[in-house]
Amino acid sequence: MLLQIKNLHAQINGKEILRGVNLEVKAGEVHAIMGPNGTGKSTLASVIAGREVFEVTAGEVLYNGKNLLEMPVEQRAREGIFLGFQYPVEIPGVSITNFMRTALNEVRKYHGQEPLSGAAFLARMEEKKKLVEIQSKLTNRSVNEGFSGGEKKKNEIFQMAMLEPQLAILDETDSGLDIDALRIVANGVNALRSKDNAIIVITHYQRLLDYIVPDIVHVLFDGKIVKTGGKELALELEGKGYDWIRKELETR
Amino acid sequence: MAMSSYNGILGDTKGIAGLFEHKLSTSEFKGGKAYTEIRKGAIASFLKSGFPGKEDEKWRNSDIEKFLESRFEFAEGALPADVDVDKIFACEVPDLDTWLITLLNGHYAAKNSDLRILPQGIIIGSLSRAMRDAHELVEAHLGRLVNNDKNAFAALNSALSGDGVFIYVPDNVIVEKPIQMVNVVNSESGSLFMQPRNLVILGKNSQLQLVHCDDSRDQAMHFTNAVTEFFIGDNASLDHYKMQNINDHSAVLHSGWFTLGRDSRLTTNAISLNGGFIRNENEIVLKGEGADANALGVYLVDKKQHVENHVHVSHLVPRCTSSELFKGILDDYSTAVFTGHILVARDAQKTEAYQSNRNIQLTDKARVNTQPFLEIYADDVKCSHGATVGQLDAEAMFYLKSRGIGEENAKMLLMYAFASEIVQKISILNLRERIDDMIKKRLRGELSICDQCVLHCSKPDQPIQFEIDMSKI
Repeated sequence: MLLQIKNLHAQINGKEILRGVNLEVKAGEVHAIMGPNGTGKSTLASVIAGREVFEVTAGEVLYNGKNLLEMPVEQRAREGIFLGFQYPVEIPGVSITNFMRTALNEVRKYHGQEPLSGAAFLARMEEKKKLVEIQSKLTNRSVNEGFSGGEKKKNEIFQMAMLEPQLAILDETDSGLDIDALRIVANGVNALRSKDNAIIVITHYQRLLDYIVPDIVHVLFDGKIVKTGGKELALELEGKGYDWIRKELETR
Repeated sequence: MAMSSYNGILGDTKGIAGLFEHKLSTSEFKGGKAYTEIRKGAIASFLKSGFPGKEDEKWRNSDIEKFLESRFEFAEGALPADVDVDKIFACEVPDLDTWLITLLNGHYAAKNSDLRILPQGIIIGSLSRAMRDAHELVEAHLGRLVNNDKNAFAALNSALSGDGVFIYVPDNVIVEKPIQMVNVVNSESGSLFMQPRNLVILGKNSQLQLVHCDDSRDQAMHFTNAVTEFFIGDNASLDHYKMQNINDHSAVLHSGWFTLGRDSRLTTNAISLNGGFIRNENEIVLKGEGADANALGVYLVDKKQHVENHVHVSHLVPRCTSSELFKGILDDYSTAVFTGHILVARDAQKTEAYQSNRNIQLTDKARVNTQPFLEIYADDVKCSHGATVGQLDAEAMFYLKSRGIGEENAKMLLMYAFASEIVQKISILNLRERIDDMIKKRLRGELSICDQCVLHCSKPDQPIQFEIDMSKI
């Protein structure tokens, strides 16, 4: 089992957002987590990645059997977890090259590998840029600075490609994308799918799931996963909205 | 025995007055009658005000007590003849080809000639020699810009300075290679008080890139009180880079006095990498329409280091532009001061003036005092000022860490990024790369004063490595 979340509770400023999430993800799977605004989707992603503003009050998260919640943010990343940000951060003055090279070499060091040579690193940059159809020279550009919404999201998938995570959580990667950019981003993600890794896609809309077809779809509602199904569940949600789930919960 | 070996407590103004009288009576002063009159006025100004203290608005956040209470040797005399400067240091910025002027302990140090005439009539060398050999130029300019009543240290320099650098660029001459002036402090005999006085004259339509370095070669407490006057002619252009890398016990004060002619351009960039007490004052007067002045600086301080930047820009005529951008990173117990004063005179319509001071405070013990100030008497102007003091951006830190980058390297990347905005504005490519490397080293705590700003020790038993492991950055 790659990821096991058991009865996870988390709060921010005393307000409980996650109220007992259970989730299991195996290598090779693509999961979609859907749900209305404010139900805790992004919080779940943040807690897995290690954002410190959230306080875990109960439950556990195991990653490859290890206690994830004890690890600092960077160690989680080195262990193979990647968060695709809903709002990627602009960092003026830090070039993408320096950023990625530092990150990649720190991850390699953690696994006892030698740093990549300059030439090997640049070759890898070029290869991965193609995956998300980035034409511009990234070398001299600062991380996300002045990027359009689409460029920022492409850049997230580019970073994912560079780092080759075992578990990628893509937090509303589709928001702010036009249809062409959406297709490019989805193609990039699909190219990175393998039997050894897993992807959790967080989204409001079915639209993204036409391109990244999930194996399993979850509905997160009021801080809990209330429904799990196959890819057809996403279509059902698209057709009927979330109200029927609310009603279904009330009648229980 | 000349009084050039005067040795005393710095704050002892009576001792300084005596030194002045002695030099006057023994005709030790260089510069001719006209400059002697300036010296007399300057010492009177100095003795009237005395050394500044906390009660002076401009020194409220400066602590120079320990220097005033310390004993220094006034380095007024010429160098011993047998000093071979090349044995002490050698300039080795890779591929930086410059005209080099070296001062040792505030005095011109050259093996060949004290005053060199370069192609196209450019003159560089010792100011004291220029007082004799180029006296018309010197007399027409020296002491014209410095307001001795306004600045006690500048007054002291005006009164007592014995030597410094003289640079003259004739009309229409573009100096192809940068000129590099280096003041190296190296004394085996104890603490030195040095007062280099520099004069830079740019004729109309001329261009100059000037690299100006202050370095220590030992660990003693020294005090440099430097003054430079810059005359920038109509449509002339000056790029001025000041590199400061002195030991933790020493002080460097530098006041730069600039006057800009019509459509002229100035960039003055102060890069303060290390020092116990550094104070840079820029007095910039925009006198000709269309003049453009940029004052920049970056300071990286830790331990108990202290850096100040004071900029006063006077817009006296219409259509001039000025901008100020100073950025600092403060660690440990370090302190920094910034004051920026933009004066726009009543007739200086269409002025554009911007001012910004930004600081990153890495500990809550570090302290920044920043005072932007606008004084505007014209009505058709665009002016702005701003100051920030903050920590490293938490969102950016999280973003970097979420990719596997550890705390140390994440901080390093963000600090480097913050400082690099200033470094990127260095127009001499090789120098920019060199400073870029030095800032990385400084941020990683690997810069020692032996890694001279643009100098290497030439002592073979002290090899210096400058390779930067980019993977760590």
